[in-house]
Amino acid sequence: MTFLIDFFFRFFDTCLAILPVVLLIIFFQFVVIKKPLRDAPKVILGFVMVVFGLTFFLLGLEKALFPVGEIMAKQLSNTEFIIASNFSDEINWYSYYWIYLFAALIGFSTTIAEPSLTAVAIKANEVSGGLLNMWQLRITVAVGAGFALALGAFRIVTGVPLYTIIIVSYVIVLIQTIFVKKDFVGLAYDSGGVTTSTVTVPIVVSIGLGLSSVVEGRDPVLDGFGMIALVCMFPIISVLAYIQFMELIVLLKKKRK
Amino acid sequence: MQLIKKLFYKIARKLFNSFKDLIPIVLVVSFFQFIVLRQPFPDLMGILVGLFFVVVGLMLFVEGLELGLFPIGEMLAQSLAKKGSLFWLLTFAFVLGFSTTIAEPALIAIASKAADVNETAGLLAADEKDNYALGLRISVAISVGLAILIGVFRIIKGWPIYYLIIGGYILVLIMTTFAPKEIIGLAYDAGGVTTSTITVPLVTALGVGLATVIKGRNPLTDGFGLISFASLLPMIFVMAYGVYFYR
Repeated sequence: MTFLIDFFFRFFDTCLAILPVVLLIIFFQFVVIKKPLRDAPKVILGFVMVVFGLTFFLLGLEKALFPVGEIMAKQLSNTEFIIASNFSDEINWYSYYWIYLFAALIGFSTTIAEPSLTAVAIKANEVSGGLLNMWQLRITVAVGAGFALALGAFRIVTGVPLYTIIIVSYVIVLIQTIFVKKDFVGLAYDSGGVTTSTVTVPIVVSIGLGLSSVVEGRDPVLDGFGMIALVCMFPIISVLAYIQFMELIVLLKKKRK
Repeated sequence: MQLIKKLFYKIARKLFNSFKDLIPIVLVVSFFQFIVLRQPFPDLMGILVGLFFVVVGLMLFVEGLELGLFPIGEMLAQSLAKKGSLFWLLTFAFVLGFSTTIAEPALIAIASKAADVNETAGLLAADEKDNYALGLRISVAISVGLAILIGVFRIIKGWPIYYLIIGGYILVLIMTTFAPKEIIGLAYDAGGVTTSTITVPLVTALGVGLATVIKGRNPLTDGFGLISFASLLPMIFVMAYGVYFYR
């Protein structure tokens, strides 16, 4: 019974989220374009599948991943656990090594499952005529996101200001942009924004909150912010690096010939 | 009978494909639960059922994407480009960005959290909180609308994306020096939460569709980039909102 209620609420939320899009499309199709929708039954079926798909997806995440992720983030940043797993008596920034590893791995694995990223990877593969491998792109983005989460945890522990990291990463992106082949820059920039939607954000928030509530001198609500910004930034760097790496391989092959 | 069998195999294969996306999560969570924390899962049955839902949901979503969201995005891009009315194309772009963002649950959550933070810090009176959160949501929604509009305009004009992005970065840096400290972390995050699972496929299809139809544009070079604007502009707008609100 509770399940049905949960399902209904999630379903309602998803419908609400898709409603503006549907209204907008209806308005433009009938008032501005004034032509009947091509393949209407197929498109409508597609929308229904998206709504049900997202409902099940969110419902499942709430049941399976979010509670476990939250408990884990809490336990791994627990002071007793930190002391028990510490190599020396003093607590340093590296005493939190398990939480860095957890942040990196969970950032990587949730990004792989992120539906928005799948959507962009499908399009990129299609548009490039199969040149861009979907899995390679997704793994590259996920590596960037994982690194960003670990760095975000490190930032909370050490108290490095957020803007320092952001400015440094802007400079890195700038330098990469100058040297990279310009065909793929748009895609690389886009891969930052797609990583943070349904799956990643709640996990990121629970790590940020868990950690900033135990580290001395951190304010859980203030330092919880900023994690998402990093997860948006580093996939851009990793995808640009990936493109540069591919160029290098092509170049080396040419030279050998 | 043969048909049912075929359909069954097809669905099973698609389910397996979606399951593959979840293998990393399962491995990571199990590793930490069993090896690092050395504990059994609290509610294993619930977790397995949840996992099954996630797999089914992912499969339906990806199928629906190819049937509904991608085609409609491309069709609209094509019809609007053929119609040749810049006004309607830009209106569509703005309203798409604005309307999907204003209702975005992640944004609503983060805006009210920001209001709470400011109240506890003594920067905000309790009766101002709702106003503050709403103002924040509206400025983010306007910025996303503008971002998609600018992005579409860029595709039409064929401007190289990196000039705009780098210009945006410089603006973010300038705003950072002016903005009150309390809002910087929030502003940086606001960029990330705006692009939802429904917006991303639609906006991507719109950009790629436009770049395919318009002569002289390459879908790969010019079609992408809309989302990156939608993550950049909210940072600038939220910081501007902070300057306006606190000074």
